[in-house]
Amino acid sequence: MPDQLLYAIEVSLNGLMAGIMYSLVALGFVLIFKASGIFNYAQGVLALFAALTLVGLQQGQIPFSHVINAIFGTDLHSFGWTLPSVVAIALTALVMVGMAWLIERLVLKHLVNQEPIILFMATIGLAYFLEGLGDVMWGADIKKLDVGLPQGINETIDAVTFNAFGYGFFIDNLDIIAAFVAAALVLSLTLFSQYTKYGRALRAVADDHQAALSVGISLRFIWVLVWSIAGFVALVAGIMWGSKSGVQFSLSLIALKALPVLMLGGFTSIPGAIVGGLIIGMGEKLFEFFAGPLIGGATENWFAYVLALLFLVFRPQGLFGEKIIERV
Amino acid sequence: MKKTFTMLAAAAIAATTAAPALADLVVPNLSYRTGPFAAGGIPYADGFNDYFTLLNERDGGIGGEKVVVPECETAYNTEKGVECYEATKGQGALVYNPLSTGITYQLIPKVSADGIPLYTPGYGRTSAANGKIFQWVFNYPANYWDGASVAVKHLLDQNGGNLEGKKIALLYHNSAYGKEPIRTLQELSKKHGFTLSEIPIDSPGQEQKSQWLQVRRDKPDYVLFWGWGVMNSVAVQEAANIRFPMENFIGIWWSGSENDVLPAGDGANGYKALTFNGVGGDYPVYADLKKYVFDAGKASGAGDQSGSVIYSRGMYAAVIISEAIRKAQELAGTPKVNAAQVRDGFEALEITDARLEELGLKGFGQAFAASCGDHGGAGGAMVQQWDAAAKKWNLISGFIEPDHEVLDPLVAEDSAAFAAENNIAERCN
Repeated sequence: MPDQLLYAIEVSLNGLMAGIMYSLVALGFVLIFKASGIFNYAQGVLALFAALTLVGLQQGQIPFSHVINAIFGTDLHSFGWTLPSVVAIALTALVMVGMAWLIERLVLKHLVNQEPIILFMATIGLAYFLEGLGDVMWGADIKKLDVGLPQGINETIDAVTFNAFGYGFFIDNLDIIAAFVAAALVLSLTLFSQYTKYGRALRAVADDHQAALSVGISLRFIWVLVWSIAGFVALVAGIMWGSKSGVQFSLSLIALKALPVLMLGGFTSIPGAIVGGLIIGMGEKLFEFFAGPLIGGATENWFAYVLALLFLVFRPQGLFGEKIIERV
Repeated sequence: MKKTFTMLAAAAIAATTAAPALADLVVPNLSYRTGPFAAGGIPYADGFNDYFTLLNERDGGIGGEKVVVPECETAYNTEKGVECYEATKGQGALVYNPLSTGITYQLIPKVSADGIPLYTPGYGRTSAANGKIFQWVFNYPANYWDGASVAVKHLLDQNGGNLEGKKIALLYHNSAYGKEPIRTLQELSKKHGFTLSEIPIDSPGQEQKSQWLQVRRDKPDYVLFWGWGVMNSVAVQEAANIRFPMENFIGIWWSGSENDVLPAGDGANGYKALTFNGVGGDYPVYADLKKYVFDAGKASGAGDQSGSVIYSRGMYAAVIISEAIRKAQELAGTPKVNAAQVRDGFEALEITDARLEELGLKGFGQAFAASCGDHGGAGGAMVQQWDAAAKKWNLISGFIEPDHEVLDPLVAEDSAAFAAENNIAERCN
């Protein structure tokens, strides 16, 4: 097989894997948009906040220690324990549920029946607030996130492809784990929404708020539920991206990677988030591989949006989005 | 009640906008403690502030005048940086150090018009080293072109003085900052016969798979790296992932802090970076900082950055600025100097090994003497290497001189182009 073809296959595979990582972020957006029509600008910051909390709990860091020390002249930094990853993840998930409850009580409750743009603006405020809160609670230094996920080249794929083609493909173990996690997440979300009482209630609210309210479904509870699930998805995204780059404030910018995925896959479809991620991931990597050297490289950030816009020309609602027809 | 509230509000507003007393020496700190680059901005700002606090607490300021350091948040954003400049210059600012090449490019015409010196150690516009054209800008002790040349000299040392036929890749932040070394490296590749490939990474750089797959395919002998923020830690991790020999991966000084290597754990072992200042907290000045600043509860920020690479660099910037102010006071014959006199201080500044020792910084920086035409200093840098087991940087070289034979004509050419564009007459003749 020609070298260029082998390289293109390797780039495609890595693009698909990168796309899964984008999908993990996009899923959180889809969940909230589907259930409440809110484009949650704070989703990337939720991932950052979840990852900061996870590392803080795991390492026994005292939250708000900088503030406590400044006020009381103490020198407190750590509780002196380290928690097992599973315990820290479970506790962080609980924190995210608490966060969802607070967001509903303090923000969303007061904005019922407001225009979507008002809710969107509220999530912008929420994003900045959470970023500041994360900074004050856990500090702005870069933290190493280690929950035992393997990283680096997958030796088996390297060896098998080398024996077959004379060139070993590079696939990152972390990306493979991310693919399995994304699959498990999509499966769980599908089972939850199809076969559980609350899942059906969530779908009912997504279909028609007024009708759902008329049959006794609590909109406020559903909002807490969906923000909790989105918080959990943010935690998963935070773990994957945090393992890759360390937990730092730029983690919130992963939301920028999810936007073209949402544009392409549709804002209301969970499978759309996955398929959109795969297309964006592979498309941007292949474009960089073939066209990058000709036009100076660093094409991925903008090409992802170009690709999404191209799809929008033909399907304005995205590949899997619902076509909205408003009759006058 | 209403009156009390009004008085409190008035007091609060007065407190937040209070200008420093006229006699104070005002050195604004255009910092970034928020946003994606905060992990680098915080230690730099802390080091910068803490050194001036030390001078105030231990020596009563500089020449008996207290130094005030009003801080303004730029978030590493060029527009905000310019806003900070405009907001603080009226307070009697003596010098600016924005820690951003993008902000620097915007401020160069402004400081030239306003008559305030701009100090950009190790960043900014490289050709500002030419004082004949850039009257108000100073970038000693080293600039990006010096860094590129020092990295190549280090590689020459590693290869018995011959890089003929070697492949070197430059992986860079796709911005004004990251593009700075390209011209120099192109010239050096012609001189030494190595092949240069340029691989840009868009900011912030969380996803670099394409770039590192290219490195894996092209198999360069060495990778030089101009990154900042999250780009650094991701690059080190990706290099470890593809098993690139870390000792052949060399970052510029902004890609060589603890933040950049700790997330990759053992995989980062052996990674190298340049530095124009000493590393670690063993210099005597740190004992004074502990006594007068940290133990006195006057440390900037959380007070947990002392001795880190970027903290030391922020502190070093404050050291040079304070020495320039001291020189200005000496030249002007008064401790109450203005911005123009501080510029004169920068231009007449000489940092000797003996003076560094007096400051508790023996061997920390390279000695240099500025002049009317030379605002760039000696340009030397050292090579540090990360020891993942000990979690510390070790210096593995002394100061390496850049190749002035290649750099000086480039500086002259670039600054001449700037002079022609802006109608600037050459001075110092």
